[in-house]
Amino acid sequence: MIASRALSLVGRRAISTSVCLRGHGVAKVEDYALPAYFDRRESPLPDTTFVKHLSSEQLALKEKEKGSWAQMTDVEKLALYRISFNKSFAEMNTGTQEWKSVVAGVFFFIGLTGFVVMWQRKFVYGDVPPTFTEEWIAAQTQRMLDMRMNPVEGFSNKWDYENKEWKK
Amino acid sequence: MSAGTLAKPAMRGLLGKRLRFHLAVAFTLSLAAAAGFKFSVTEPRKQAYAEFYKNYDAMKEFEAMREAGVFQSVRPKGQ
Repeated sequence: MIASRALSLVGRRAISTSVCLRGHGVAKVEDYALPAYFDRRESPLPDTTFVKHLSSEQLALKEKEKGSWAQMTDVEKLALYRISFNKSFAEMNTGTQEWKSVVAGVFFFIGLTGFVVMWQRKFVYGDVPPTFTEEWIAAQTQRMLDMRMNPVEGFSNKWDYENKEWKK
Repeated sequence: MSAGTLAKPAMRGLLGKRLRFHLAVAFTLSLAAAAGFKFSVTEPRKQAYAEFYKNYDAMKEFEAMREAGVFQSVRPKGQ
């Protein structure tokens, strides 16, 4: 039962052509199972040619290819190239403008997140602790100066103890 | 076939060439970074500490802190 469930996922047609018709002859090969053409920089020679069904001119060209190549014109050589390949390396390597869309999308969603965060700050979070009030911070700062925190280069260094004010 | 043939590209020594170039660049930049840090951060910092402790009176600072009431072991003079 499990096997039949698995078979139904794969596809009735594929199973029937490959399994059930074994008695009748060779299994029919679907297009996607044949060697495919691709334009890829790291794999320069694809498994098959680009043009699979040659027109009569292209067939004639292929016959001419069997002879001496020096007698072929540049146009004919280019036509032969285009039979075998879809894009040249230069064409295949050109960049797209896709990065602009990507950057735009990134900025857009960051902005959207900003709205979400603002809403959250207003409607979800409670009040901030009392240690953030003006009076508390003032008393805190005075205590930091009293105990001479970072007197050489840091906090207390910026305070003028003679005149009781921040150094200019 | 074409008007002129291309020059044969370099086939060997590519890694060596790249390493020689980038090693020199890396050394130079590292030395520059270290020198920059030394003269913009460590030397000024040493100066600042020297200046601070040149005329530093520890007892005076202690009395000032005591008056401000930050210690637990000694109270301000009044109490």
